[in-house]
Amino acid sequence: MPRDTIATFNVERLAILDEYGKADEALLPPLGDAEIRRLHEFLVLSRAFDRRALSLQREGRIGTYPSILGQEAAQVGSAFVLSGDEWIFPSFRETGMFIALGYPLHLLFQYWAGDERGQRGPDNLNIFPVCVSVGAHVPHAVGAAMGARVRGDKRPVVCYFGDGATSKGDFHEGFNLAGAYRLPVVFICQNNQWAISVPVNRQTAALTLAQKALAYGFPGVQVDGNDVFAVYCAVKEALARAASGDGPTFVECFTYRMSDHTTADDAARYRPTDEVELWRGRDPILRLERFMAGRGMLDEAYSREVSARALNAVDEAVRQAESSPPPQPAEILENVSAALTPRQKRQLEELSK
Amino acid sequence: MSQLNMVQAINLALREEMERDPDVILMGEDVGRDGGVFRVSEGLLDLFGEERVIDTPLAESGIVGAAIGMAVYGLKPVAEIQFMGFIYPAFDQIFSHAARIRSRSRGRFTCPMVIRAPYGAGIKAPELHEESSEAIFCHMPGIKVVVPSGPKNAKGLLLAAIRDPDPVIFLEPTRLYRMIKEEVPEGEYLTELGRARVAREGKGVTVIAWGSMLQRALAAAEGYDAEVIDLQTLSPFDEETVFASVRKTGRVVIVHEAPHTGGFGAELAASIAETEMLSLRGPIMRVTGPDATVPLARLVDHYLPSAERIREALDEILEY
Repeated sequence: MPRDTIATFNVERLAILDEYGKADEALLPPLGDAEIRRLHEFLVLSRAFDRRALSLQREGRIGTYPSILGQEAAQVGSAFVLSGDEWIFPSFRETGMFIALGYPLHLLFQYWAGDERGQRGPDNLNIFPVCVSVGAHVPHAVGAAMGARVRGDKRPVVCYFGDGATSKGDFHEGFNLAGAYRLPVVFICQNNQWAISVPVNRQTAALTLAQKALAYGFPGVQVDGNDVFAVYCAVKEALARAASGDGPTFVECFTYRMSDHTTADDAARYRPTDEVELWRGRDPILRLERFMAGRGMLDEAYSREVSARALNAVDEAVRQAESSPPPQPAEILENVSAALTPRQKRQLEELSK
Repeated sequence: MSQLNMVQAINLALREEMERDPDVILMGEDVGRDGGVFRVSEGLLDLFGEERVIDTPLAESGIVGAAIGMAVYGLKPVAEIQFMGFIYPAFDQIFSHAARIRSRSRGRFTCPMVIRAPYGAGIKAPELHEESSEAIFCHMPGIKVVVPSGPKNAKGLLLAAIRDPDPVIFLEPTRLYRMIKEEVPEGEYLTELGRARVAREGKGVTVIAWGSMLQRALAAAEGYDAEVIDLQTLSPFDEETVFASVRKTGRVVIVHEAPHTGGFGAELAASIAETEMLSLRGPIMRVTGPDATVPLARLVDHYLPSAERIREALDEILEY
């Protein structure tokens, strides 16, 4: 009996825009100047939000907050493809995705300030609340796709998570189910290379995370996650596959968490500063700005204008979040179940005193 | 109306509800082609097709997680965990997600789903096939816990559970699956969740039981002036019926097969003491399994509360 190779697999990597702002013209997505400007605005707004959130946390005005610094392109570039009609299942580090889909900024501030009303999104968006337990929402996304299929609803489902989630059992169970049922789910992983203090090479011996999809019978692709065009193209292809009935796709956005895990963490304890410096040069916004400048779409005045707009929006959102009436103690019980038990009603009376 | 055992009654409930409501989906390991390892879902795949009767991969967390996704999307999944002992990998999904999605989203998303699991001891099955860990689920706000005690209330409670707007853990006592037959009404027959049933009236002592222990409690009560309450829903339990009975009898014996410490009997006893202390004539008694892992077949009869042990408790409390 011979030894035969019965299967071989390829893992592609897609990169379009390099850190100097130079693009592979043949691979550039067909985005007009106006769309590129919108992408840029979302990136700048996401960073402005993030910076403000960090300073609000230091001032004690919001609670623990996970920064998205460095991951804006992966979040905005992917969300920019979406129509807002999809079902979306986010992890906890997705502020850029929320912003690009038009989730009200003040609700995001409200949530991170410990007011759960911020998790009740607008009814026109099917964005699931932030999933704090890592990777547990992967099966939720798969189940939503199963539900959509029963109803004959062709809308794809999008699921966001990080590199740490790929070590979890629910990642496996969800991916396995999605592959077995050929469900229209786009899995987007931001491999920011650090799950708090554990580097990705301690999460897995696999060379890429993208290749994990192959074992479940569907394609995985790695993209330069700091390249907003590459992210955009890969997610667009994945959505098209989902829409045409070709099943799930896994998009690994190779990026870097420039900040601490959260405001409660100190990354200097466990990772080398030269690594952070290396990635500073690969900044996702800087490279898009270089690209735009090269095309005559961006100069200093325009840059200032975009920044000012972003700061205004952030200021206004903070004002709105902080001036909203405080949540009432009764809310602790109000949404536990559709109806309160007699015991809960007594507890509600106690809380409302 | 016909004489059915509990397997047939649950099958009837599932079939009728799936016929009535296209949003009801059955999913789990071996529930389709095989009709479930206890044949509870026999014939449903042929009737409803594989989009509504889903043979899932072997993945309990994935099954519950996917059911959550379906429920928030707008369907009403009924997920089967093949045996209660295999539900533990799905704790995170049940506790961290199903139980709190309504709260987390401030009412924007809800999770109307049922998790069915065969449970309880005494069927000569391997390890982890005879668990009774119902109390763990009763501690978690946001989910209901329901245990039928016979074919008739199995049907009524399951219909009510499927129509409930929130997640329900529905525990089916395997020892009863084929033990008794009852007249089970066809069509709209619902047993309200959160309501206990007085299975036998009496004035001298209140015996509270559920699931497979109900039959033993009833057998033990023969010859005593005992009122036997079939709790039916553990969380939220029917305070009104329980307290009214305690006020009448002044004596309480709680029977469950799960271990003593932290069992649901503890919650009942504490609630009765909090509210009805002055009606009590003696201590609240519990007849339960010991604080031990449920043994395999050779020793299980020593583990499960027997009618004799229940009678001993009745004799003791009636001294007061």
